[in-house]
Amino acid sequence: MLGTGLLKGLGVTAKNLVGSFYDPKRFVTTQYPEERTKLPEAYRNFPFLVSESPEDPMGTLRCVACQICEKECPPQCIYIEKSRDKKPDANGKMQIYPAVFDIDTAVCMSCQICVEVCPFDAIKMDQVFEIAATDRFTGLLLDRQALAKPNSYFHQIHPTEAEEVDGRLAAARRAAEEKARAAAAAKAAAKAAPPAQPPAEAPKPAP
Amino acid sequence: MSATDLPPLAPSPGPRIRAVHDEFHGDLLEVSMGPHHPSTHGVFRMNVTLDGETVMKLKPVFGYLHRNHEKIGENTSYLSSMPYTDRLDYLCSMTNNWAYALAVERLSGQAVPERAEYLRVILAELTRLLNHTCLAGFLLQDGGASGTPLMYAFREREKILDLFESLSGSRMMCNFQRFGGCRTDAPAGWLDSVRRLVDGYGKFLDEYEELLTGNEILMARTQRIGRLPAALAVSAGITGPMLRAAGVPYDLRKVEGYGFYPRFEFRVPIGADGDTYDRYMVRVLEMRESIKILQQALRGIPEGPVMDPKARLRGFRPKPGEVYSRIEGPKGEIGFYLISEGGPNPYRYRVRPPSLINLTLLEDLCLGHSIADAVVILGSIDIVLGEVDR
Repeated sequence: MLGTGLLKGLGVTAKNLVGSFYDPKRFVTTQYPEERTKLPEAYRNFPFLVSESPEDPMGTLRCVACQICEKECPPQCIYIEKSRDKKPDANGKMQIYPAVFDIDTAVCMSCQICVEVCPFDAIKMDQVFEIAATDRFTGLLLDRQALAKPNSYFHQIHPTEAEEVDGRLAAARRAAEEKARAAAAAKAAAKAAPPAQPPAEAPKPAP
Repeated sequence: MSATDLPPLAPSPGPRIRAVHDEFHGDLLEVSMGPHHPSTHGVFRMNVTLDGETVMKLKPVFGYLHRNHEKIGENTSYLSSMPYTDRLDYLCSMTNNWAYALAVERLSGQAVPERAEYLRVILAELTRLLNHTCLAGFLLQDGGASGTPLMYAFREREKILDLFESLSGSRMMCNFQRFGGCRTDAPAGWLDSVRRLVDGYGKFLDEYEELLTGNEILMARTQRIGRLPAALAVSAGITGPMLRAAGVPYDLRKVEGYGFYPRFEFRVPIGADGDTYDRYMVRVLEMRESIKILQQALRGIPEGPVMDPKARLRGFRPKPGEVYSRIEGPKGEIGFYLISEGGPNPYRYRVRPPSLINLTLLEDLCLGHSIADAVVILGSIDIVLGEVDR
């Protein structure tokens, strides 16, 4: 009969309409900003720089200004200038640090490639999304002061990934210490042992 | 893969509302529909010449969203092109990623672990569900059903996008596939939430079909509108659901057998008439087949790594050579053609966008129909301008 399909469809609409008042499965709207959904752990927005300590973020940046992220960034939104001097990193090794590290978040496309290519786990993705600004350059062009966030913050937003990274870094640090200790021991042993006799001088060939 | 074992497509042919032709042949009216017309699915323009309400001539104009995707791909490393492929067909970033990753893997001869292949199939079929659900909503919106079907479709789409977000970190710009596998493994409980969604999706489709499939207005607006003959479809290079709706059983998942698709059992629905209603119906049936593939993949997914240990992200220089690889995206054959000269960038990077090639037949489909039908026909082609213009 003509119109049956229409009536059936109206039945579905009516069911949904009534359900939207009573059936919790049909409450699909979150009343932002009063209510907020929980962000998944993997959620990413813009990058930030990981620093070891919250007290001295500029002194303990993990970044060594190797510029790999700058080169790989698809929209080229990272700008880095290397420092002229060196500073000790977490392992006590003297390293270059970024004198300038800018990310233009107006250009950034949140693709996470900088995070993936970073060999030092120095740049990670942030989850802050309420960052509207009235001026493109003051609010959205972030310098290293604005980008630096402590490792504890990284643990807070990406707990699983942070655990893994910390484990990896600790293992690397232990290996470095082991190596340094072994090197030191070898040096000490070399010092303690009597210097090897120089080989007997070969008779000089007659000129 | 034959038409005989499929359920009949249309329940019953509905009454046809004929376009009323103007008997007073006056001047032709040229209308520029778009690029900011809400029914053109983005910045797309149709220059139509109308006789009364009947389309006499139609010229599609596109390129407003051109952003040099292919040239950028030639100037950045292989990895850096991956996030740009998300922005081609921005509804289906997972399949775009897969097509590109597959091309580079073939170019450099990389293997993919089994779990990653399963994950790719799961993500591609979820993308197909998402795309076809949206399309049905948009098509009805174009037909004048303001809101309701589209909102129901978006309600379900959001569930799939939530899954993508918890896996890849982004709802739409997933950037998830890598050369040699997937970027990360599924987090704990993710596969279970996919299972729950897939188990519930059939019920949603039932509800959606009850709302739409037998609806007389939908039938009147779509049946025998925009008929596409099979021969024309083949010679114009049409692919995807639009080709299958014209009655050609051509599906790259069967023909090419890329990924692990030969391991799964599914049927390829085809249309009988090639009209707009068939294009809608083929997509609904495809969603049902996708659910079957998903169920099999979720049963069969093994444990293991998702990334080939030999795979490299950076400093990656494939041997000189060229490759064209294609997959069955939700909109049709999405292919990537790459030429390597041994450097870190591709020498040539070319995308075969299904939307653009399917769109080329728009005039043939619309001639003789009313302008309101042209909108519905455009909706049934399923274009995304990000891919058309690149």
